[in-house]
Amino acid sequence: MTEIGLAVRVGQAAPIPLAADFACPSAALTALVGPSGGGKSTVLRAIAGLIAPMSGRITSGSRVWYDTATRLDLAPQARRVGFVFQDYALFPHLTAAENVAIAMGHVPEGDRAAKTEALLELVHLTGLEGRRPAALSGGQKQRVALARALARDPEVLLLDEPFSAVDQVTRRRLQQELAALRRRLAMPILLVTHDLEEAALLADRLVVLHRGRTLQSGAPFEVLRRPVSVQVARLMDQRNVFTATILGHDGAARLTRVDWGGLVLEAPHRPEFAIGAKIAFLVPTADVILHVKDRPSRGERENPVSGAVADVLRLGEFGRVVIRPDHAADPPLVMTLPNHAIERNALAPGQRVSVSLLAASLHLMPREEEPQG
Amino acid sequence: MDWQAIGLSLQLAAWTAALLLPLAIALGRFLARGRFPGRRLIEAVVALPLVLPPTVLGFYLLTLFGDQSAVGRSLTALFGKPLVFSFSGLVVASLIANLPFAVQPIQRAFETIGRDLREAAYTSGLGKWETFRRIELPLAWPGLVTALVLVVAHTIGEFGVVLMVGGNIPGETRTAAIALYDRVQALDDAAAGAMAAFLLTASFLAIAATFTLAGRERGRRD
Repeated sequence: MTEIGLAVRVGQAAPIPLAADFACPSAALTALVGPSGGGKSTVLRAIAGLIAPMSGRITSGSRVWYDTATRLDLAPQARRVGFVFQDYALFPHLTAAENVAIAMGHVPEGDRAAKTEALLELVHLTGLEGRRPAALSGGQKQRVALARALARDPEVLLLDEPFSAVDQVTRRRLQQELAALRRRLAMPILLVTHDLEEAALLADRLVVLHRGRTLQSGAPFEVLRRPVSVQVARLMDQRNVFTATILGHDGAARLTRVDWGGLVLEAPHRPEFAIGAKIAFLVPTADVILHVKDRPSRGERENPVSGAVADVLRLGEFGRVVIRPDHAADPPLVMTLPNHAIERNALAPGQRVSVSLLAASLHLMPREEEPQG
Repeated sequence: MDWQAIGLSLQLAAWTAALLLPLAIALGRFLARGRFPGRRLIEAVVALPLVLPPTVLGFYLLTLFGDQSAVGRSLTALFGKPLVFSFSGLVVASLIANLPFAVQPIQRAFETIGRDLREAAYTSGLGKWETFRRIELPLAWPGLVTALVLVVAHTIGEFGVVLMVGGNIPGETRTAAIALYDRVQALDDAAAGAMAAFLLTASFLAIAATFTLAGRERGRRD
């Protein structure tokens, strides 16, 4: 297997429009993210050979699975993919062990029992070999589906929303298991999910798919903090997206200054934006820093913003504070911080606060959606 | 008790089931899978024997099998003798009359098998035939059992079509249902009563067997 892993380029106009182009390196977990109905599952089905898109090329390592230019279209049986379906699609008349063993057509008959046992042990299902799917819980079914997918000795592992059909506690546990298991797997893994947290938790790479089109791919940190467009920022559920005007570039200080509704902010140097251009910028909610009243710090001179707290939302360990900046109240500025920090500073609606926007985290983007090729 | 008639009925049922079930599996699966223009029309034609008076079906088959029609002449050539008033003719008539009883339960059974199961089989490396044999057929099994029982019971009980196409020839076309009618006409109440009791028992056992098998199958799944 080469480092390329899986390379996918698919396009079609109907029934589900597709213009996806991305790669999944070997031994890496790539998450295909985007809103529901964005064509994620369709891309997965095209990779597995279950549908034939109008145009495209799909390769696994040096093997070509699909190429409309040469009219090559390998059958699903010839592609060696492990596919975990959203609702698992276990065979209801077969036991857990039989469900796994049925995918071992390529394994000598004498070795199948031992291999089945090893796979069921790998997914923590020892003792449940004889159960039919109807007698398994959602999490157990998901594990059988994963074992069945691995039973093929796949070149590529495809997971279609594998955690969507289980409760949250089970989901967390299965996610941890997958995170542990994937270190033992050498093939590229492609995970389809609309859960951004899950994608950020598990993936080495994100591919953002919207209306069948890949908008951006890269490391989760990169895609989340440096989206290529306002659209990607919105799809990544980023809240603090504002519009501003480029004031000037300072090459020596590696800075670009922008005017945000009359307030001057410093951002990392982006000379490609013309002076006077209208742009959008993003500041991650975790990079909005609260100024503590009694303890002024050096950082307070960094992009200071003052305003009034509009709302405080507590979500588990972290809370979200919505601030209406004095100079431009709408849209509001959102910051996340630990609940203890909210309590210590007695943050409540109506209270005056001042914050800093970390200059290094300020990400400038074109204001309009970039035309995609 | 007219054992010859009962034997003939069972023979007719066996032939009908043996010939019709493979056809019904193919047609039922095709109708369950396909989304093509004309599907509703085929379904309507298959269902027609359900609502058609058996004598109407029998009349048309009689006309069709007769030497007046080209179809009848070629069928006569094929079977070596005329189909009307023969056991072979009864089998052909029975196949047509039983079409809905065989196809509909099988079609319903295949319809319950989701696309994702077939796709899971393909991605597990199973070819189309393997998928059919190891996944689809076992899952459609309750529908097949229902079809078998319905066809057998319905064939044994069929009267109108048999009388029109086959008449009442002992050992050739006189089935149990015809024999019962024959005994009533002859005012032989004792023999008629015995035949009726036999047909009632056979029908009840068939239905009970279907319900039991279907119930057990459901219990295995859930």
